[in-house]
Amino acid sequence: MEFAELIKTPRADNAVLHGPRCPAVRGTLCLTGHHLIFSSRRKEGGEELWLLHANIDCVEKRFVGSLGTIVIKCKDLRIIQLDIPGMEECLNIASSIEALSTLDSITLMYPFFYRPMFEVVEDGWRSYLPEQEFELLSSVTDEWRLSCANKDFSVCPTYPPVVIIPKCIDDEALRKVAVFRYGGRFPVLSYYHKKNGMVMMRSSQPLTGTNGRRCKEDEKLINATLRPGKRGYIIDTRSLNVAQQARAKGGGFEQEVYYPQWRRIHKCIERFNILQESLIKLVEACNDQSHNMDRWLSKLEASNWLTHIKEILTAACLAAQCIDREGASVLVHGSDGTDSTLQVTSLAQIILDPRCRTIRGFEALVVREWLQAGHPFQLRCAQSAYSNTKQKWEAPVFLLFLDCVWQILRQFPCSFEFNEQFLIMLFEHAYASQFGTFLGNNENERSKLKLTQKTMSLWSWVNRSEELARFKNPLFEANSLVIWPSVAPQSLQLWEGVFLRWNRPSKFLDEAQEEVLNIINYNRELQAKVNALRRQLAELETDDRMQENLTLPVMNGVSSQAGNGLTQTSLKQLPSRSWQWEGEERRKK
Amino acid sequence: MEHIRTTKVEQVKLLDRFSTSNKSLTGTLYLTATHLLFIDSSRRETWILHHHIAAVEKLPLTTSGCPLVIQCKNFRIVHFVVPRERDCHDVYNSLLQLSRTAKYEELYAFSYNPKQNESEQVKGWQLIDLAEEYKRMGVPNDYWQLSDANRDYKICETYPRDLYVPRTASKPIIVGSSKFRSKGRFPVLSYYHKDKKAAICRCSQPLSGFSARCLEDEHMLQAISKANPSNRYMYVMDTRPKLNAMANRAAGKGYENEDNYSNIRFQFVGIENIHVMRSSLQKLLEVSGTKGLSVNDFLSGLESSGWLRHIKAVLDAAVFLVKAIAVESASVLVHCSDGWDRTSQVCSLGALLLDSYYRTIKGFMVLIEKDWISFGHKFSDRCCQLDGDPKEISPVFTQFLESVWNLMEQFPQAFEYNEAFLLQIHEHVHSCQFGNFLGNCQKEREELKLKEKTYSLWPFLLDEQKKYQNPLYSPDFSPELTLLEPNTVSFNFKFWRNMYHQFDRSMHPRQSVYDLIMNMSEQNKQLEKDIKELEAKIKQKNGQPDAVILKEHQQSAHPAPVALKTPPCFKKEQPLIPVNDAVRTIEGSNTADNRYSEFMEEFSKAEPAVVSLEYGVARMTC
Repeated sequence: MEFAELIKTPRADNAVLHGPRCPAVRGTLCLTGHHLIFSSRRKEGGEELWLLHANIDCVEKRFVGSLGTIVIKCKDLRIIQLDIPGMEECLNIASSIEALSTLDSITLMYPFFYRPMFEVVEDGWRSYLPEQEFELLSSVTDEWRLSCANKDFSVCPTYPPVVIIPKCIDDEALRKVAVFRYGGRFPVLSYYHKKNGMVMMRSSQPLTGTNGRRCKEDEKLINATLRPGKRGYIIDTRSLNVAQQARAKGGGFEQEVYYPQWRRIHKCIERFNILQESLIKLVEACNDQSHNMDRWLSKLEASNWLTHIKEILTAACLAAQCIDREGASVLVHGSDGTDSTLQVTSLAQIILDPRCRTIRGFEALVVREWLQAGHPFQLRCAQSAYSNTKQKWEAPVFLLFLDCVWQILRQFPCSFEFNEQFLIMLFEHAYASQFGTFLGNNENERSKLKLTQKTMSLWSWVNRSEELARFKNPLFEANSLVIWPSVAPQSLQLWEGVFLRWNRPSKFLDEAQEEVLNIINYNRELQAKVNALRRQLAELETDDRMQENLTLPVMNGVSSQAGNGLTQTSLKQLPSRSWQWEGEERRKK
Repeated sequence: MEHIRTTKVEQVKLLDRFSTSNKSLTGTLYLTATHLLFIDSSRRETWILHHHIAAVEKLPLTTSGCPLVIQCKNFRIVHFVVPRERDCHDVYNSLLQLSRTAKYEELYAFSYNPKQNESEQVKGWQLIDLAEEYKRMGVPNDYWQLSDANRDYKICETYPRDLYVPRTASKPIIVGSSKFRSKGRFPVLSYYHKDKKAAICRCSQPLSGFSARCLEDEHMLQAISKANPSNRYMYVMDTRPKLNAMANRAAGKGYENEDNYSNIRFQFVGIENIHVMRSSLQKLLEVSGTKGLSVNDFLSGLESSGWLRHIKAVLDAAVFLVKAIAVESASVLVHCSDGWDRTSQVCSLGALLLDSYYRTIKGFMVLIEKDWISFGHKFSDRCCQLDGDPKEISPVFTQFLESVWNLMEQFPQAFEYNEAFLLQIHEHVHSCQFGNFLGNCQKEREELKLKEKTYSLWPFLLDEQKKYQNPLYSPDFSPELTLLEPNTVSFNFKFWRNMYHQFDRSMHPRQSVYDLIMNMSEQNKQLEKDIKELEAKIKQKNGQPDAVILKEHQQSAHPAPVALKTPPCFKKEQPLIPVNDAVRTIEGSNTADNRYSEFMEEFSKAEPAVVSLEYGVARMTC
């Protein structure tokens, strides 16, 4: 086994672990193929740290005499420090960790070795299939069809084998459109707004080049989504400047002359290394507690992180606005259609579609709009904020998306079935996981890796009731409305749950959170009890009355009537949580 | 009334403060003796107390009318457009007159009549009794006594009559020391820590100049440190930046020379003066009031305003004070220049961190009465209650409230009161509706006969205390909470949106977990009551009460299967407690709240051939 060669020293005794926000502990350090394990010798508590090598972003070592210190910076932004006696041991361990955390072959990653300790009730790999999605769609419209033109990934290598396209476009035309779009990413359906039948599509940039090439099939495809006499909007996630420059490299944007029914709006969402730099600067600022106020604020500003959040949210609101308020269809694309495009389309759906605010709906969204849509997770999430090897394809695109969701969640804390922990969990698993879900860059790569057979899906684990309990928002109230977040800078906040998680004591905040839960649970308990008591009292009262009426011959008829009345009233009396929306509906009427 | 030139103007537009496309409501503007009232076409009312008006500005005439901008002390900003210039001029002049009061007797508090009878009024004023509060702290005792030196305000006009000083500080020492202190504000007890036997004392700067000394003052400090049996030395905290303190020496004032005082440890903590704070807030409001603000402009504006830096400095000073007392059991003497601004901030926050009593609703009232009102924080000057020197205005008390808010954010369970309580107090510090905050010191208040002519705010707040109760509060939830040890790392300080944008609804979360929990915990109390009643009724109906209750307990865990058979009378049952719809309202469901509608308006206009980049940006940035 290759791992044995990489592990020069498998074990170090008398090591000292300095974790964030906890006192130093002495114990034994062990290295396995996929984990760094530290167990303290103290019996009580039995503290053990299991750290996935894949979670390690960067390893630093320094020496004071013969005492070596290894600083391990993780992708989930945690920093731990290990003091290891003996210079050679320390060097060995450091280089072993380094080697194990930078394995270049995907098939050596932990998900290929992980065996679940839980019973698999539902295979997460089959939880969210495009066919199911299409079935839902066809129950409301017949204008779309499922195309298998890409079943061998030959039309577009980064698309899934089946996609949803307008019914009137045949596979032949589709191939022509694919040639006209960067990376073959032709326009496909991203979201159907049931309320008014408007749609959101996504694609990559058209390859117009400098001489303004056109493609009639492309025009036909996207026009097929327009109602007669209606206009649509193309949201280009690049600034006009950038889009114009792209023409020199063969890319470009839809020309007005060829797309007269479409109106183009440019929004500038940053990409790649600019985002990575932003994350690095933000994390740096958050990790230095010695900053005075001015320095902290100027560092926070210089990171530009919240600016990116605002830009992305604004673009998503714009797309949602076009669809819901303007009653227009929308096509979203940037250059590749794999990053900012997906941020916009997925956030717009969270704003518009109540289903995406449920746990399963959100998981389906991540699968549909990120995994199947071909966001290159492997490339983007290879490193996090601490890595020294800055590759230009690394970018916290998905983390920014999660942060935006968190911002909306904060503004509508009762409208989401999941809580902040759920988002943090997704962030962690996108960067390092025992599950295969986020491996690979697209469905093509995933099918070659045979992930569905060889690894476990994250959803198989999450969707078990034991795990779900941790991720449920106790205040959730299904809300069928469109939710418009505020994007004013005063309304946006630093996501402390991720960026300050390891830097500030959270004891009091956690306890307060617990108290919130207690109040909610107590409320439910009391409501149930009141209902039960009322029923019992009512029962006693009828018993009385029945005794009085016992002599009446029509007794049977009365009681069956009573039974019917009950089913309705008792529904109302139960602590059903639907009452909250009654007022809302009344107002709408 | 003679100031009101026009009482009613119709067809007035109220502009949305942050709208980029001048969205507005149309309605009628009314001027009353005490309020400005705007009623829009959907009958929504906006009331603005004249005393809350900080500034009125008439902008140049536009095609739609004459704009009038009103800035309020509670950070509300309203922007009217009056169709006729003459009307606008009249309203403007009336408001100028009405918002600038020359005499205390013209303030709202003297005409406000809450329909209380005389005895209620008297009782209201007796609600907070400072003598009682000192007793609670444990003074007088073997070391501290009540001094009658200032009974007639002869030694210090801006101090209260009743002052606590060390037993060993004789009257000549007090008099001598007061002569050596700015405005006669000699060292007195502000808070006594029973367990540590350590005291927080307060005073003003010494008149030391470059070399002057005063034996009585030195004795005074010695008396204070000797009044603490657990520690020989004491801290003297000068809350000013060192440079300011040194500059004061040239004017014959200054700070204590460690060589002249035995056993003192002298420390500067660097809180800026009222003028710096005033302009800091000014800058903060300019930034937060900008239309179409970018994140970076907001953050750099926040930084350059220095506001959060000042809040942190105040809280850092309080933390320093608390450490001296809690860790070293040392007494601390706090002063600044006059000892009524920064000193009040630091002493009151220190006590709040040390003593959980001040984290109760009643205790917080006591704290404000003691360290702010009685010790002569110049509320009238700082809040510009009367038309006076604009250089005296400063948000010192607002900073205190903001520091408390920051503590609440860090310790959500430590406070009996909530943010709404702080906001309400802030509202009334400026409203001049109640007598508590009128005037600059106790002597002045007595001369104004406030207790006879006006009402006290506190009983009104207590009456509606349900609104101000923190549902998460747990008074004895952990002993460590008696002492709060806040973390003052910079990232813990946040912009207080609910204070500075209290009236800008679109900026706030559309659903409030806090309100929901507050309602729920209120509802829980009612449900507990219902259960008792129901159980009693069942007991009555049933011969064997115990068995029933037991059965009920089992049932309550599984409410679903209970729906077996119910009689028709079930319908007549009372519904569950009505839940306040308002809490559940999702305001954001209306795009108008978010100004996306502006974007929509733009859409409906004739479309330009080319969509410019600015188009999207300008429309969508809110």
